[in-house]
Amino acid sequence: MSDVRVALRVNGRAVEATVPARLGLADFLRDRLGLTGTHLGCEHGVCGACTVLLDGIAVRACLMFAAQAEGGDLWTIEGLHADGRIADLQEAMARHHGLQCGFCTPGFLVTAAELLAEGGRPSEQEVREALSGNVCRCTGYQGIVSAVLETARHRADRGDGPRDGEGAGRSLPAG
Amino acid sequence: MTTAPEVGRDRRRKEDARLITGRTNWTDNIQLPGMLYVAFLRSPMAHARIRNVDVSGVLGQDGVVAAYTGADLAAEQGSLPCAWPVTEDIVIPDHPPMAVDEVRYVGEAVACVVATDRYVAADMLELIEIDYEPLPPVLDMEAALAEGASLVHSDKGTNASFTWPFSAGDVDAAFGDDAVVVSRRYVQQRLIPAAMEPRSVVVAPEGDGYTMWSATQIPHVLRLMLAMVTGIAEHQLRVVAPDVGGGFGSKLQVTAEEVITLLLAKRLRKPVKWTEGRTEGIQTTHHGRDQIQKVALAADRDGRFRGLKIELLADMGAYLMLVTPGVPLLGAFMFPAIYKFDAYSFTCTGVFTTKMPTDAYRGAGRPEATYAIERLVDEMAVELRMDPMELRRRNWIKHEEFPYTTIATLTYDTGNYEAATEKALQLFGYDKLRAEQADRRERGDAVQLGIGISTFTEMCGLAPSRILGQLAYGAGGWESASVRMLPTGKVEVVTGSSAHGQGHETAWSQIAADQLGVPFEDVTVLHGDTRVSPKGMDTYGSRSLAVGGTALVQACDRVVDKAKRIAAHMLEASEEDIEFEGGTFRVRGTPEPATTIQEVALATFAAHDLPEGVEASLDSDATFDPENFSYPHGTHLCAAEVDTETGMVKLRSYVAVDDVGVVINPLIVEGQVHGGLAQGIAQALYEEAVYDSEGNLLTSTLADYLIPSAADLPEFVTDRTETPSTTNPLGVKGVGEAGTIASTPAVVNAVVDAIRQFGVNDVPMPCSPEHVWRAIQEAGGEPATTLGRGPGR
Repeated sequence: MSDVRVALRVNGRAVEATVPARLGLADFLRDRLGLTGTHLGCEHGVCGACTVLLDGIAVRACLMFAAQAEGGDLWTIEGLHADGRIADLQEAMARHHGLQCGFCTPGFLVTAAELLAEGGRPSEQEVREALSGNVCRCTGYQGIVSAVLETARHRADRGDGPRDGEGAGRSLPAG
Repeated sequence: MTTAPEVGRDRRRKEDARLITGRTNWTDNIQLPGMLYVAFLRSPMAHARIRNVDVSGVLGQDGVVAAYTGADLAAEQGSLPCAWPVTEDIVIPDHPPMAVDEVRYVGEAVACVVATDRYVAADMLELIEIDYEPLPPVLDMEAALAEGASLVHSDKGTNASFTWPFSAGDVDAAFGDDAVVVSRRYVQQRLIPAAMEPRSVVVAPEGDGYTMWSATQIPHVLRLMLAMVTGIAEHQLRVVAPDVGGGFGSKLQVTAEEVITLLLAKRLRKPVKWTEGRTEGIQTTHHGRDQIQKVALAADRDGRFRGLKIELLADMGAYLMLVTPGVPLLGAFMFPAIYKFDAYSFTCTGVFTTKMPTDAYRGAGRPEATYAIERLVDEMAVELRMDPMELRRRNWIKHEEFPYTTIATLTYDTGNYEAATEKALQLFGYDKLRAEQADRRERGDAVQLGIGISTFTEMCGLAPSRILGQLAYGAGGWESASVRMLPTGKVEVVTGSSAHGQGHETAWSQIAADQLGVPFEDVTVLHGDTRVSPKGMDTYGSRSLAVGGTALVQACDRVVDKAKRIAAHMLEASEEDIEFEGGTFRVRGTPEPATTIQEVALATFAAHDLPEGVEASLDSDATFDPENFSYPHGTHLCAAEVDTETGMVKLRSYVAVDDVGVVINPLIVEGQVHGGLAQGIAQALYEEAVYDSEGNLLTSTLADYLIPSAADLPEFVTDRTETPSTTNPLGVKGVGEAGTIASTPAVVNAVVDAIRQFGVNDVPMPCSPEHVWRAIQEAGGEPATTLGRGPGR
């Protein structure tokens, strides 16, 4: 089994490791770096529980090898929380009861972080579409949608624009 | 200190702080020194004899520690338990955790590999040689019961597990010549619970015993059952349910993987972990529903219901798991629902097939029953040319008639169907939507509007132990709670109920805060660990609050009683003169002297001056066993738009007015309703587990099994009425399953109502575009000008 060297930034810090070439990115985060806030719900790219931000784009850590994150700037729920940049969204999720078991929650927060970083005032339907790649089995989504809508509205009211280096991903070609 | 009551407040959840930051403790997060990983080889055949299994190619490979076949573990693995032998002559086949000589569903474990790395364990499965002799799959319940059918368990001589009958009143008279009778055959499709957290189990040898962490709803039941299955003494087993990511019944189970992982840790004297992959989980975590319902409703010409006949076939799958045969029986009592009948007959036959076993899934028997009766009532309304709501009104139990004993022998203590319905109709705009429906029909719009009603009830708060005994269930239905008063006046609440998303830590804190007069923040709730909370019956059946919450109230009462004696001594008054309110003990009728419960806690700890014969502890336990079930009810209304050219269904609005009794935390209750609605709507419109003609599960990824996303669901309008339950001191009824039970028939009634004018009187679930389109085509594809222009018109 060939090993590869991978160097990237995770939650703002430089990380270097030698890993098996086939090691999944989510397993790398969870098992090697102890970042267990990234969850594996399906390991086939449908449920979105493993969503992380890579160079500002929400990606599925279960569909990538660790080696593919080489040179990237990766953020997980732990980093987004410590950094404080989604504190308003986290607060809104709790207030709107946008989580029950909470297993899907980090994935939703990361996906919503990407959407919110674009700025603007998305409609309810736009929020629902933006979140449609994440599955929640507990809430029926209403609390999650309300939390994201409210956070977007508050940010727009405060005049927060798109953040540098974030959110640009949604307008880039896929891939 | 007197503050506003906690009960009834929208308290934000204590659980959320860790869940929104990723600082959680799921079973799969656990890493232990020297931990090994197990992977299971699973049957690709629905039914086959195992001629030979050879794991020798695995042994000696890098990273491999051991490999075992079912035969290797046959002497110690026991048989997975069924705790609900519903009849005396029930057929319960042996259920080895790993198959020994025959496999009976795709996904059944046949061998396992233990390695130092999860990836290596998975790789090695390919090196196991296995020789199967194919046997005929048994996939259709009706065919399985026919003469000469192939057998799932050849030694049993039948594919029928049991037949359970119930009858009350003169059914023949009710269905006499003068009755209007509507008969239907409904299919409850097989569903996959699909909790977001995959199952996971870690077992570590510790001293002369074992600790198991498992993503389970039932740590207490699991410990007992593991002891009975493996022979490992109960006191040497500790089971911990750490953070658990949803269950919906699917983690109410004693699984093959839990038993085998325990046995591997025992053999290898090392910690062993197993976490399922999603496809593995979809194939081998128990499924839900799967019934064929032959149902008939008899009424007078003026719409008064007379009788109800129900014949069920319930697919057990290949084996009976923990409560597999009991699930349809929970429904037996609920078919009469909120209506009055002269007569009722019910019979259910459990049928073995070569599929994954079924077991409890959110609602468990009650959604199936509610679906059938609420669909039938709509069909009867068409037959009688009455408005479906008016037909319900004529037959439901009126609020002044409670308590009311139904034809199924349940005594509903309270309820007010009129009030919930009135509120729902107002929120929904029923008359206006009916007018729009008529307009669209008149115009022949491609998109038609349908209105669906579901006036439901359910039995919750499982369960009175006495009744469970009568139903041959293997255990009781009580729940326990303990309250520990710490010296500083802080409180530890221990509950035997084990939450996995329901918010017990918050709701139990609210209850204890009110009962003890302490701040909400001063309460910690401990649960889900047999060493911390040694007694419990766990979480399912909307029972936690009605049963476990009541145990907590009783334990708090005992703390206060003990504290009162000590406070009386401190205040130099007689105990009878002490009153307790808002956390303060006072001599009746005087503001001073007074002492707080915190001061009493400290004085009790110090124990320098306790009254004669009083122990130095305020800690108290209680175990509550309910006398009766609780009966939440509600009225749900759904408006669905159906594109008659494509068959696409879009939910336009959904109103749910639920009566769940007294509400501890409205925020949590609303969340439970929303989530329940999503799962019930999913059965109506999206989800179906599909096996092919060889018994392969086709829907074995989340790309094939369609769980609705945020974009698929509407915004729900929810409200409540409140008639307190009289079966517990909190007045609560339970809310975990209400939305799921009510919503499926509301949605399908709306879909059928939208295309009734085409001559359609049923659409098989899920009402996918294909099913809807076919229903229209099979009915002729053209709206009739006179036929069934909608109920009431």
